[in-house]
Amino acid sequence: MSPSINTRADFAAIARWVKADANVLDLGCGDGSLLKYLKETRNAHGYGIEIADANIIACVEKGVNVIQMNLEAGLSGFEPQSFDLVILSQTLQAMHNIELVVKEILRVGRQGIVTIPNFGYWRRRIQIIRGRMPVSKDLPYQWYDTPNIHLCTFTDFETFCRDHGVRILERHVMCGESAVSVLPNLFGSLAVYRFEKM
Amino acid sequence: MHLQPDSVGVVTPQTLHFDTPITLKSGAVLDAYDLVYETYGTLNADKSNAILICHALSGNHHVAGFHSAEEKRPGWWDNMIGPGKPVDTTRFFVIGLNNLGGCHGSTGPSSIDPKTGKPYGAAFPIVTVEDWVETQVRLADRLGIATFAAVIGGSLGGMQALSWSILHPQRMRHALVIASAPGLTAQNIGFNDVARQAILTDPDFHGGDFYAHGVVPRRGLRLARMLGHITYLSDDVMGEKFGRILKNDVFQFGYGVEFEVESYLRYQGDKFADSFDANTYLLMTKALDYFDPTHHHRISLSEALKPAQAEFLVVSFTSDWRFAPSRSREIVKALLDNDRNVSYAEITAAHGHDTFLMPDPHYLSLVRAYLNNAAKGMGL
Repeated sequence: MSPSINTRADFAAIARWVKADANVLDLGCGDGSLLKYLKETRNAHGYGIEIADANIIACVEKGVNVIQMNLEAGLSGFEPQSFDLVILSQTLQAMHNIELVVKEILRVGRQGIVTIPNFGYWRRRIQIIRGRMPVSKDLPYQWYDTPNIHLCTFTDFETFCRDHGVRILERHVMCGESAVSVLPNLFGSLAVYRFEKM
Repeated sequence: MHLQPDSVGVVTPQTLHFDTPITLKSGAVLDAYDLVYETYGTLNADKSNAILICHALSGNHHVAGFHSAEEKRPGWWDNMIGPGKPVDTTRFFVIGLNNLGGCHGSTGPSSIDPKTGKPYGAAFPIVTVEDWVETQVRLADRLGIATFAAVIGGSLGGMQALSWSILHPQRMRHALVIASAPGLTAQNIGFNDVARQAILTDPDFHGGDFYAHGVVPRRGLRLARMLGHITYLSDDVMGEKFGRILKNDVFQFGYGVEFEVESYLRYQGDKFADSFDANTYLLMTKALDYFDPTHHHRISLSEALKPAQAEFLVVSFTSDWRFAPSRSREIVKALLDNDRNVSYAEITAAHGHDTFLMPDPHYLSLVRAYLNNAAKGMGL
């Protein structure tokens, strides 16, 4: 079961921030699609980290470098500041230890990129007001079987960053495929953040 | 023989004689030697589709297929190599050889020393992983292969693949290093020494020159193999296979074979002692012990792997405690430090070190996926 929220809209948003020939590490890289996309569009070189056997084979089949390890244990084996970018695309909300992961992202990478679904998105707020936990196409799980254990709103995430010495450099808010600029914490369902150490 | 469509079928070993002297890492010189090898598949016109298979401690050149219609068991990695198998012989030309110092046809301690007309015995020099790589390069030269599409090995074979990547980075495209290590741990060297002591202290060993006495140090070799066998399996799998099952239902209150596990180990030991040369066993374990690309930490493993250019697939198995996943991760880290292309799979498997020889479906799919992509990248 993948914690993915089933959109590739964030690939294009992430790619815009990846400089040509960048050295990237993709945490929870899934089947390697993002790394392959970045290789093809940005000539990026990098590695994915993944735990699921089937995804390891999918990456290897694509010629995407993948290292099988459990992200939750940190990024031992990777030297400090050895990547231009460390990307966590749509898995942050499924991690147990968010603080450790963000700390590791900024130890190993000069900058980090994370994509997070917004729990403050208006449709989800309405579901809550109606007395039910939100279930949608992009967060399709029931409360009892969801891998997404650390859901937050954009405002929550930005507060977390401020409190943990993380400087947000850019934010790209989306709803489906389109960009959102008005009241993002209400109308945005997904955001991509680029950040560095304060 | 049960000939399946994905078998390479009946194969005939070939022998090449080399008469350019080789100076070994020990300083000893061998003036001439033979290497026995087998090939599967067809070498393409530009000789770019060759894969070298490096064997482990007790392996040999008979990697796949059958030597005759009567042979019951195929080569030692038959589940991996053949038409349509992960190492696909319709696409690749695969070479398996018996390493120098072996006892299956290549020159080794049991071969006749042309200077004396008698088996080399104790006079045969110790060879190292690097020496094997050198002889494998010479074999490749004779076959006209400038660059291997891949060098593949498990365990001690993985050490050879790793050594290839350091010593001959331009002569290989891919390295598959499976259930291996960048050097043995103290525990591992300890196991090897117990095995060696079993052989060396067998009265039939005669200082390595037992051939002249018409005996073989069977007891020593048998013990060495019994010990080795335990370490190649996991505690869980031995428990599952044998548990505390007795051959007869009641204790005999003696020292005969009572537990199933005793019976199994003795059988394995006997079988091995009848077919393997004690001097070769000693030599192979020494090659394992000596392998150390860091030259006793004079350089880091990352520095040692700096010359490597190949793309790597590193594989370990969770229950392998003889060549534990942590050892494979050391190799991966050194490759990451050098920005090399590397993928690493840590395969959940119950069978311990020996899993690398077994038909684990995920493992076979992984190697297949890797080599499919490699073939695509090389236009094969």
